[in-house]
Amino acid sequence: MSPIISVKNLSKTYGSGFKALNNINLDINRGEIFALLGPNGAGKTTLISIICGIANPSTGNVAIDGHDIISDYRAARSMIGLVPQELHTDAFESVWATVSFSRGLFGKPKNPAHIEKVLKDLSLWDKKDNKIVTLSGGMKRRVMIAKALSHEPKILFLDEPTAGVDVELRKGMWEVVRALQESGVTIILTTHYIEEAEEMADRIGVINKGEIILVEDKATLMQKLGSKQLTLHLQNKVDAIPSTLAAYNLELSADGREVTYNYDTKGDRTGITSLLSDLRNAGIRISDLDTKQSSLEDIFVSLVRAP
Amino acid sequence: MNFRAIKAIYLFEMARTWRTLLQSIVSPVVSTSLYFVVFGAAIGSRITEVEGVSYGTFIVPGLVMLSVLTQSIANASFGIYFPKFVGTIYEILSAPISYLEIVIGYVGAAATKSIILGLIILATAGLFVPLHIHHPVWMLTFLVLTAVTFSLFGFIIGIWADGFEKLQMIPMLVVTPLTFLGGSFYSVNMLPSGWRTITLLNPVVYLISGFRWSFYEIADVSVTLSIGMTIGFLVACMAIVAWIFKTGYRLKN
Repeated sequence: MSPIISVKNLSKTYGSGFKALNNINLDINRGEIFALLGPNGAGKTTLISIICGIANPSTGNVAIDGHDIISDYRAARSMIGLVPQELHTDAFESVWATVSFSRGLFGKPKNPAHIEKVLKDLSLWDKKDNKIVTLSGGMKRRVMIAKALSHEPKILFLDEPTAGVDVELRKGMWEVVRALQESGVTIILTTHYIEEAEEMADRIGVINKGEIILVEDKATLMQKLGSKQLTLHLQNKVDAIPSTLAAYNLELSADGREVTYNYDTKGDRTGITSLLSDLRNAGIRISDLDTKQSSLEDIFVSLVRAP
Repeated sequence: MNFRAIKAIYLFEMARTWRTLLQSIVSPVVSTSLYFVVFGAAIGSRITEVEGVSYGTFIVPGLVMLSVLTQSIANASFGIYFPKFVGTIYEILSAPISYLEIVIGYVGAAATKSIILGLIILATAGLFVPLHIHHPVWMLTFLVLTAVTFSLFGFIIGIWADGFEKLQMIPMLVVTPLTFLGGSFYSVNMLPSGWRTITLLNPVVYLISGFRWSFYEIADVSVTLSIGMTIGFLVACMAIVAWIFKTGYRLKN
């Protein structure tokens, strides 16, 4: 199936000369939840802004379900709902009026039943006649989600949806996102909370300094997460791993005093017991040992720190 | 054309008008009444007639124009500046609407509001002085053209402004002086010839002159010239707006 969003060779250089995006290529699959991870200033918001029509690309192009975002902007934009990171809301409008306004702006005929459903799903129904200025921050965030959903988009962008949102509300928000995915909506969320990406996403992309440095299925990433490293500190220096231990794929450190063994905690057997007995049989004595788990955070940090 | 979007923007802006009814309608009416009291009664008693019309009656078209010009600019500039300021502009930019539709929505609402206001002021003036409108259709034409033109001009200011001072600056420093010096309260023919020539460089003179002609058939400059200048200014504003959207000036990075 063709991707619902296709970003090709996209670059963005601001007037100041700052290169915010550098040759981005990215496909988003239909119906998936895609998490875009990256530190502050990595280019997440710039990428979303270009896709949604708020910023102009310098070079490259983006197609939404085959519609170019510039030459065919009406078709492209009508498919997208955007919830920006900052709480940009009108102050004196009522919740109902502002959400209905968004629907009209996207050219959809009035549909009070749909607006009612959206407000109820987001627990805003009893606030529908309140002025936005009277709402709490978490409610304002939900109003912005309601605005984005008012015109029944096929794609929903959530830019840092949980920044400054409490745990309870976050849970409620994820329920809404899951239900949307079930109804066929593709969701792209940006975050710098790794747990969030882990919990929600089908695929994870990592962006840093304006470049996509990794896109992978979460399952694959989680597999990497499942692997552990056992480091054995040897009493005496060894020159080489004995051939009887070849099956373990051990790595010997340069000084010959440390041996590392990779194993999968989720596997049927870790092989630790047999390794230890085989080491003793080979006459290698161990002074200490430690184990280390590589987390998504480690993968992430090593990726973004790489020169 | 995304007519639903135009309607949404237009109604949104009009709703803002009704919400701020006091400052949008009542205050211009009060200030116009004050002009009548001060200029009409106090000064007007010393100037009996201008070109065959009583002074109080003479200043009515100028007063209406003064309000229409300043209110058109204020409404339209605030209408587009505010979403930029609070950030809600993101939604307009990400919506499937063309620039033309955005302009029609915002400028249409701002112009509607100042036309309503102009008519209210006219009615208020009718309470103070006898009014006679010789060419009602031309009167409305001038009113609509001026409201649309200056709403466009206000839209440009609203996009250009990156702070509230700038939003106030052009109306305060340019438009109000030009209106006062543009023959709102006097006939340009009353000036010494040197000043008269300088005054004719002021575009507002042509607006007020044409508008006053539609009331009393007295004009400082020919009516054709008035209409020509008004349309010329309208076209200039449209060209600037087109350029703004083409380049994304102050709207898009």
